[in-house]
Amino acid sequence: MLSNNPSKESVSRRKIITTKDLNLWYGASHALKKISIDISEKLVTAFIGPSGCGKSTLLRCFNRMNDLIDHVRIEGGIEINGHEINRKNINVIELRKRVGMVFQRSNPFPKSIHENIAYGLKLHGLADRTAIEERVESSLRGAALWDEVKDRLNSSALGLSGGQQQRLCIARAIAIKPDILLMDEPASALDPIATSKIEDLILELKREFTIVIVTHNMQQAARISDSTAFFYLGELIEYDVTSKIFTNPSNRQTEDYVTGRFG
Amino acid sequence: MSILKEQEVARPEMDFEKSSKDTGSILCTGLTLTATLLIIAILVVIIGNIAWFGFDKFSWRFITAGLEEQMFDVERAGVLPMILGTTARVFLMTIFVLPVGVITAIYLTEYSPKHSVLTRIIRGAVNNLAGVPSIVFGLFGLGFFINFIGSNVDAIFYPGSDKVIWGKPALLWASLTLAVMTLPVVIVATEEALRAIPSGLREGSLALGATKLQTIARVVMPQAMPGILTGAILAISRAAGEVAPILFTGAAVFVPSLPKALNQEFMDLGYHVWVLTTQSPNVDKTQPLLYATVLTLLILTFSLNLVAVLIRAKIRARMRSVH
Repeated sequence: MLSNNPSKESVSRRKIITTKDLNLWYGASHALKKISIDISEKLVTAFIGPSGCGKSTLLRCFNRMNDLIDHVRIEGGIEINGHEINRKNINVIELRKRVGMVFQRSNPFPKSIHENIAYGLKLHGLADRTAIEERVESSLRGAALWDEVKDRLNSSALGLSGGQQQRLCIARAIAIKPDILLMDEPASALDPIATSKIEDLILELKREFTIVIVTHNMQQAARISDSTAFFYLGELIEYDVTSKIFTNPSNRQTEDYVTGRFG
Repeated sequence: MSILKEQEVARPEMDFEKSSKDTGSILCTGLTLTATLLIIAILVVIIGNIAWFGFDKFSWRFITAGLEEQMFDVERAGVLPMILGTTARVFLMTIFVLPVGVITAIYLTEYSPKHSVLTRIIRGAVNNLAGVPSIVFGLFGLGFFINFIGSNVDAIFYPGSDKVIWGKPALLWASLTLAVMTLPVVIVATEEALRAIPSGLREGSLALGATKLQTIARVVMPQAMPGILTGAILAISRAAGEVAPILFTGAAVFVPSLPKALNQEFMDLGYHVWVLTTQSPNVDKTQPLLYATVLTLLILTFSLNLVAVLIRAKIRARMRSVH
């Protein structure tokens, strides 16, 4: 049962991601069932739902990361910025440049902090050393990490704490200036203080990027997102303004989940 | 909720004193210690025996002479040509086997679909290759590299010549034969190194818009280098001492000059041990030479290994500090 009741703000915003009857199978298992959803530009949209409901799977569709898994079949339309991306001959490299991703477990490269960020820049053609250094600084500032690491840019990224590593991954992702930032439970492996730093960061980042965040932490979704989509067993149950989902949801299942009756 | 009354559950006194001996643990520790000491003892006996008797004739002169002197002359024989021959063939083998082995391992780990027919054929071939006796490699080298490729190269590039240029035992063919022999070792070691790299690293790179090739070249391979070098070390250790594969493909009893070209035969330390044992006019008299040659071979193998180990340590240190 789908209730799509956008607020005034999200109505006026452009829809940057649109799916139409999206189905996904892992082998024989039907993981996403006829998902139709619009993500608005420069807002934070949260995907919530119990484990295994398909929220991460859907997220990974937006940058074609499900291509890396064997036996995945995707049917249906996924449009990003008006371009259909669920077809054979799209430029996946360009797609991933414009749709960045931050993973649940931070995965900095075993290189220096500077090299971690420069990696993506060099991939996409930036060669001038000064320009690279400027971008490294601006993205570290953008990820609220600059002050902590500015004196040790050449030391290994693996020497940072968990929260710092995750912020480094965010810096790395935003350095190449994507339009959309997909975040798959970015703070689930972090302590409360690090989590709150990341949440503050997300509220800052949404000024520049469209953010879609998967989270199993409902309080987090309520704190930082503008719209929230609730998924259950591969179906989109309800998608609405965050305040409505958490205070007055239309759907019984949604209400049961957000009030903690199951999950 | 039940409340257990004290009389109902009689728990034993908390006493953490060791009451009985743990015979199982003691026996196990004893057995493993004995086994370790036994292995060390065997190693000490072998190396000690060689060093003890070989040290007599092992000298600076011994390892730098050998060209003009008679090889059975106990006072004046030297092994310089053999040292150079062995080093050259091991070095060339490494140049051939590392690229082929590493690329094959990359294909098997990163590119090939897990259960395709081609993958299974390659894996089967690698496993079987590892089980082939060394002498068979020697025959293969003779039949394929020398008689087939060598003579065809001669026919194509030097037609009408009455001299055999490539279709004979040569340094190049011996090295290639050794490369074929040590291929499984390099492939397996590289695969292990690649598999040890967490997939999160690859995902992170791909999510930034890197191609698979860029991910492998810039993220995966640098991480895998120590493991690849381990494969190289294993290959070098195996190849330095092998004699059977070079028997028909390049080793010679006597070559008057140092090998200057790839199509020349060469002398070899391991092969020279066989020469001293079977071709010597007086085996008892030349026994010191035999020991000294074996000692030289051990030292050479050890040194080649050491070089590779140092390179690997340097790369590991660089990876840790990242500067």
